[in-house]
Amino acid sequence: MVLEKKQLVELDRAGVRRGGSWLVRGVDLSVSPGEIVTLIGPNGSGKSTTAKMTLGILKPSEGSSRRKAGLQVGYVPQKLAIDWTLPLTVQRFMRLTNRLTDEECSQALEQTGASHLLRSEMRTLSGGEMQRVMLARAIARKPDLLVLDEPVQGVDYAGEIAIYGLISDIRNALGCGILMISHDLHVVMAAADQVICLNGHVCCRGTPSDVSNNEQYRALFGARASAELAVYQHKHNHVHLPDGSVMHADGSVCEDCSGEHHGHDHEEADTSETARGGATHAG
Amino acid sequence: MLDDFFTRALVAGVGVALVAGPLGCFVIWRRMAYFGDTLSHAALLGVALSLLFDVNTTLAVGATSVALALLLLSLRRSELLSSDALLGLLSHSALALGLVCLAFMTWVRVDLLGLLFGDILAVTRTDIAMIYGGGAFVLFVLVVVWRRLFAATVNPDLAGGEGLEPEKMELVFMLLTAVVIAISLKIVGALLITALLIIPAAAARRISSTPEQMACLAAVIGAVSVVGGLYGSLTYDTPSGPSIVVAAMLIFGLSLVPAGGLVRKMRQGSDQ
Repeated sequence: MVLEKKQLVELDRAGVRRGGSWLVRGVDLSVSPGEIVTLIGPNGSGKSTTAKMTLGILKPSEGSSRRKAGLQVGYVPQKLAIDWTLPLTVQRFMRLTNRLTDEECSQALEQTGASHLLRSEMRTLSGGEMQRVMLARAIARKPDLLVLDEPVQGVDYAGEIAIYGLISDIRNALGCGILMISHDLHVVMAAADQVICLNGHVCCRGTPSDVSNNEQYRALFGARASAELAVYQHKHNHVHLPDGSVMHADGSVCEDCSGEHHGHDHEEADTSETARGGATHAG
Repeated sequence: MLDDFFTRALVAGVGVALVAGPLGCFVIWRRMAYFGDTLSHAALLGVALSLLFDVNTTLAVGATSVALALLLLSLRRSELLSSDALLGLLSHSALALGLVCLAFMTWVRVDLLGLLFGDILAVTRTDIAMIYGGGAFVLFVLVVVWRRLFAATVNPDLAGGEGLEPEKMELVFMLLTAVVIAISLKIVGALLITALLIIPAAAARRISSTPEQMACLAAVIGAVSVVGGLYGSLTYDTPSGPSIVVAAMLIFGLSLVPAGGLVRKMRQGSDQ
């Protein structure tokens, strides 16, 4: 089988077997330029494994994995541990896999809100700072395909929204395909073109609204998550404050919002408060 | 100039140190100190083989180390045993095998102490040619693969995802280590080779802020240790290999002193 011309990567019924059990199997997946594909699923459902198969880091034990020839990849792995013995500054880390001019380097860091970290040591970065730097490094490569394994873990409130916004912007600016893994269902659902829900196999797939209405998805994440997603597509009339209380559109504040989720205006979802409101609620 | 045995020792020792420093940084970064130990213990087997087949010692040691590195890599991929257990197994098997082979060859008299702790003062012109030829080769390869090897060291997944072939880099690194061990055997001896890889690199860590800086400083510190150790050995009539290691250790100790204060200051600064 030949890779379709426009596809950047493709998995065909791919699976990985380790120590006698399947980490994940039977995954079909493709990413085209400008497309955002999101992998969701519980812990241990094979999301990272699938991403690694797509990148060719893991060889599929069955099925196949293909990449377009000369594909430029930007990869943000789930974890990056920097040992004390490695004298590695952000500046040097940005140039880990390819040459960059100072300008390209600072521009990418600026985009992810990490330009002040340029001279910091990698091992002194906080979790959120590390994510911003890793994302900056990946986009500075001007990739055809961006693979993000939980890109906003540990990133603060405002940063999370900004980074998801940035991911869309990068897609629009570079026209690159994006394969993303995330736990933040609401934001994922807002940005993704295609959602693949994994649970050791492909549980269900489709557009965000297809998936949120899917029976298996409901079984996996519970009816509540599904309701949350449905809610997400509407505009909320209240905002969840950091202390757990709720501020309504008219400015009044109360302890919680039980029973009020039916009162949303049916409008196009926008990113910031809506997304965050829902996400906080899910947690 | 090379007529004097002491000059030859200096030239040879500095040559080894210049290569061992940068490579030693990778040994530290990749946490492969025990791998270096394993190869150097196996060097003794190489010596036995060189005597048996009457070939150049450095070449035989190099070939043995390369063979062992490849064996290790394939055993590790088969996931039979954990990596450190495998290293221990290979290390001591090769050492014991080497010693048994030497004992069988009753017709040769081997200076075992020289093999274990180095015999730098018996360095010949051929040895120097080997050290500089092998050393230049290692440094050349290191410069060519530097970015890829370093990326694979920081995070193999990231390097692999972006097409930098971390598995190939690991193989290259192991082979380079094998070459360095082969050319270092005569200088510091089988038991102390790892010291020459690790101690200068560790000393360089405290005073460098980029990996490239650390590699260069490790080379310089290694060279200074060799010169210091050799003069110390001449002055106090101590064995040359251990003297070099002691000199390196002293420099490492020195590197701890001012940096300790500096690190504390930086921490206080960042807390404010």
